Amino acid sequence: MHGRVKIKSTAQQEEEKRKEREKKLKIYVAARDACFSKRREGVWDDEALQLTQQLLSSNPDFATLWNYRREILLHLETVREEDELQKIYEAELSFLESCLKMNPKSYGSWHHRGWVSARLPRPDWARELSLCDRCLSLDDRNFHCWDYRRMVVKMSGVPVDQELQFTDRLIGSNFSNYSSWHYRSTLLPLLHPESPEPPSPCRQPPQSSPPPSPQTHSHRVCEEQLLKEYELVQNAFFTDPNDQSAWFYYRWLLGRAEREEMISCVYVSREEERVVVAFSRPVNAQSVGLMLVLDGQPQRVEWRSVHPHFKHSPVWICDLPPGTISDITNEHNLTVHWTEKHTHRDCALYTGRNESWCRDSATDQELFRSELSVEKTSVLQSELQSCNQLQELEPLNKWCLLTIILLMRALDPLGYEKETLAHFQTLKEVDSMRSAYYSDLCSKFMIENTILKMEYAEVRVFSISDKKLTTLCHLDQLLLVTHINLSSNLLQRLPPQFAMLQCLEVLEADNNCIENLEGLYHLPKLEEVYLKNNKISKLADLQPLVSCPKLKHLDLRGNPITETTNIQSELAELLPSVTDLLL
Amino acid sequence: GYTTLPANRRRQELIIKSDGLAESVVAAACARVGQRVLHLDRKSYYAGSWASFTFNGLLSWIQEHTLHDWSNLLEDGEEMICLSNTNSAPFKTDKQTEEEQVEAFPSRPQVSWGDRGPHQLQKTCGLNILHCPITQAIQTEGEGPEPESGQPRPSAAPSQSEPVKKKISYAQLLKEGRRFNIDLVSKLMYSRGSLVDLLIKSNVSRYAEFKNVTRILTYRHGNVEQVPCSRADVFASRQLSVVEKRKLMRFLTSCLEETQEEQAFAGRPYLEFLRDQQLGDNLQHFLLHSIAMATEDTPTEEGLASTRHFLRCLGRYGNTPFLFPLYGLGEIPQCFCRMCAVFGGIYCLRHSVHSLLVHKDTNRCKAVIDSRGQRISCSHVVVEDGYVEAARKPTATPTRFLSRAVLITDGSVLSSESDQQVSLVTVPPSEAGGPSVRLVELCPSTMTCMPGTYLVHLTCQSVSSAYQDLSPVVTRMFRTPESHDQEGRPSVLWCLYFNMADGSAVEVEGHDLPSNVYVCSGPDGGLGHQHAIGQAEAIFHKILPEDEFCPPAPNPEDIIYDGETCTSPLGEEGEERGEEEGEGEGEGAGEEEGEGEGGEKEEKEQEEEEEEEEERDGEVQEKQSLKSEE
Repeated sequence: MHGRVKIKSTAQQEEEKRKEREKKLKIYVAARDACFSKRREGVWDDEALQLTQQLLSSNPDFATLWNYRREILLHLETVREEDELQKIYEAELSFLESCLKMNPKSYGSWHHRGWVSARLPRPDWARELSLCDRCLSLDDRNFHCWDYRRMVVKMSGVPVDQELQFTDRLIGSNFSNYSSWHYRSTLLPLLHPESPEPPSPCRQPPQSSPPPSPQTHSHRVCEEQLLKEYELVQNAFFTDPNDQSAWFYYRWLLGRAEREEMISCVYVSREEERVVVAFSRPVNAQSVGLMLVLDGQPQRVEWRSVHPHFKHSPVWICDLPPGTISDITNEHNLTVHWTEKHTHRDCALYTGRNESWCRDSATDQELFRSELSVEKTSVLQSELQSCNQLQELEPLNKWCLLTIILLMRALDPLGYEKETLAHFQTLKEVDSMRSAYYSDLCSKFMIENTILKMEYAEVRVFSISDKKLTTLCHLDQLLLVTHINLSSNLLQRLPPQFAMLQCLEVLEADNNCIENLEGLYHLPKLEEVYLKNNKISKLADLQPLVSCPKLKHLDLRGNPITETTNIQSELAELLPSVTDLLL
Repeated sequence: GYTTLPANRRRQELIIKSDGLAESVVAAACARVGQRVLHLDRKSYYAGSWASFTFNGLLSWIQEHTLHDWSNLLEDGEEMICLSNTNSAPFKTDKQTEEEQVEAFPSRPQVSWGDRGPHQLQKTCGLNILHCPITQAIQTEGEGPEPESGQPRPSAAPSQSEPVKKKISYAQLLKEGRRFNIDLVSKLMYSRGSLVDLLIKSNVSRYAEFKNVTRILTYRHGNVEQVPCSRADVFASRQLSVVEKRKLMRFLTSCLEETQEEQAFAGRPYLEFLRDQQLGDNLQHFLLHSIAMATEDTPTEEGLASTRHFLRCLGRYGNTPFLFPLYGLGEIPQCFCRMCAVFGGIYCLRHSVHSLLVHKDTNRCKAVIDSRGQRISCSHVVVEDGYVEAARKPTATPTRFLSRAVLITDGSVLSSESDQQVSLVTVPPSEAGGPSVRLVELCPSTMTCMPGTYLVHLTCQSVSSAYQDLSPVVTRMFRTPESHDQEGRPSVLWCLYFNMADGSAVEVEGHDLPSNVYVCSGPDGGLGHQHAIGQAEAIFHKILPEDEFCPPAPNPEDIIYDGETCTSPLGEEGEERGEEEGEGEGEGAGEEEGEGEGGEKEEKEQEEEEEEEEERDGEVQEKQSLKSEE
């Protein structure tokens, strides 16, 4: 129409763009081939630097070219003066900036920047830090930039409190940011350590005291600061209870110190002439310098884990030379040294006794009670109150429910058992995708409670029937148990860890779904096994029982295996020691 | 712009008188789809009632519009009868052609020249300046000019206990006057509102830059408080308990979807609905006054609709739902004028229409006669309501007024870490039935005021005069000669009160006018721009029912300049205000041959513009440019 501005048609525009692209591609391919051939010939000149720059500025994710560039720069370092190098590297930095504009998440560019910054004769860390600030203000979750920032901070000794303020700011603008919360968790123990000694000077650059793992108990956060952090993180999860990052940070805040590394139990059996040692964490006893001293005499013994599956295990066994302790009228003193950790545990075997042990029980160590925290009860109590308040407003929020469960466990695991179970039930309903995870976690807590009850009762009987257990754990704590009742649960297997129950005589596991007995392995005292109504279907499934020399009673009623022809005779052949076989 | 129209331009398809926002949008939209647009304005500046002024510009505007209130000359028992100032007769017969009838327009929007009582206001329209006191601060400096005649002098005596802080003097305001861009209209742009959508869709956004409003504040219990409205605000808020935080977030999330609950409240006040949500006083106040910006009687549907609009606008460009254009709102009509000019529209400032020539049988306007006696034929005419004489307006539409105040202050109403905050403050009515006042505080980085000052706009529906409506709020929130014991509050360095017609009360249909003459209402009192944009779109569709409203403008590189058609883009003639007559003529005459020139000129201007933008970069941080999708 008359008077209209004429505009190129879309087809025209497309065609122009296509031509443009083709032209670009030609140039790109030619430059790339030139780079490759130069590199093959080992040419490290300015032209190569030019060519790679051209290519990388349009495609900063070309790792080979970055490598080539580094080769060239390293070569230049050998032939150029320092001032000149400074200029070259500075130019490199501004070139990298343009690459980051092209792709702010380019692995190659960030890596190269770190490399250049470290080689720069006179680095300008302030500039690098402000670059990080700018990048993070554009995208506060760019983890490449977070990584680089940590490097810059480390190299330039930025004060810890300044970095903490930086995380304050980022969390303030958007708290859905794992990186900021995580960074906080590494800074706080440096700035506000738990120990009563005065806080480490802020001006001290971090490299002189590298950030210790926040889990290390000497570097927990002091209570005053903790309370502030609780407030901050509560603001976040009350504002948006569905945001995970705040909840994870909260879990970290509530988290407890790692257990002290120690020998938690030494057990000695006169009859079997052997020693069983339990540790606070899985170890490889063959390589940690374990030494057994019997009546003042170091013994040459061979340590083996309870099951060939385990290179690392919390429980290790050794056989004593035959005859050393077999005389019941003798008293013996045993010491196990963990030389690597400068710790040891003694155990006396008195006259007339067949066995003896020395240990710290789970109750002694407050193992489960402090699962969450080392904080004072009152603090945890008020945290529980806030969470309950939130739960009233948001009854179906899974993060809140889970945190309540953890807090309840930290406060009084037995007292809150009923509520805990009810919350688990809700959790499985609102978050059905993870119901198996909740079942396992619930099993774990039920086992912990049963261990506590057993220890309070000072018995060696562990009974946990009809609790919907789906998994077994803390089996190292059951080293001394002689009688275990797991009936009417949902167990599918007795895992290899079950072999840690070295004193077990009677196993009741009726009415489960057990199809695998791997864990009934070399249990020297096991006599009776009740497995009525389970899912054992093949003779091979019973193979592990062969290693239990004292097995006399075996109940397999209601298992598919009983349908097999000739089962009776085959079993008699496989397990000759069994005198009472119920099929 | 032209002051005399070149001969070859005397046939137009569309003539637009006055250049408010709606008129400019219609002009741009029509030019964009190929209409020949002539834009005339009597005034020497762009944007009409939507204009932005420098400080000095505003002073002249005030002088031009000041009510010479000589009522103090009245003696007891006397009454004043005011005479109309317009000397153009309402009707004239033109002898050129017999079928045509001429309608004359008043040469300018009518300004009331009478008593400033509310009763008089009912009869006036246009702008109505009531008060322009020079404050104590200026007087103590002794540099203030004599108050203009007829202006009431503040009665308070200069106080001697001046604060330590060096006050900015009136002379400094004058000296730095060019740094001010003071809007007559105070509005904000909803980041998902019709104006932003239109700017993006039409590519007009490339002509302007924007800044986020950074805070929503409210005045409550004598204090200014921050209203937590985004997730980050709620998280950071210190005045809310964690439970309130949860309740607020839950309300804000859930209210985006319609519920059965709200239907039960249909027709009942939003306040009742909020009470039913058990939110507590704090949250109720925030939601009613600051987020829904409603009153106690607003019905639930309306309250929820505005709450939803507010929430939908959150987070698009920042933590509040609003944007503000750098250099003031007056930029926006200018941007559309520029688009119009790029597509061949012509601008004539200081040029008014004398009369319309109407074909009697068809009742269509065939041409207009301008103030210089030229006849310009046309197919459509768009006018602002202010140009239409009362007799031709639909009957029984009482004019409503807005009360406005403009303050220059020396500090923010709520100081914070950053001194570059742009704040919207909602001030609920202090007594039932009173107006709720909207206050927009602009910082220097919006390029509307000089460093060290804040520009504050107050707006409300007029209950009585602007001074009576707004000065109590000003007295409470700022330090003025009238306020006592206001330590710590920002001082008012200069202030202006005026009333203007509320465009939303103006009926734009049913005028006794030819069918191809369309009326725009002038600025309304709403916070957003929905009113003007909606009006512009409706007019456009009446003129060109088949065409698309503001399709995206092509990129400069996609425009073909070497075609055989005569209309090259005319460059940005609109930019050069007050161009000399001869030049205008010359350029117009040479137009047919000089096509290449137009193109070149445009490029050159664009380059200059870019340089200018770079310069601005240094000063302004966090500018927003609108993109169609982030």
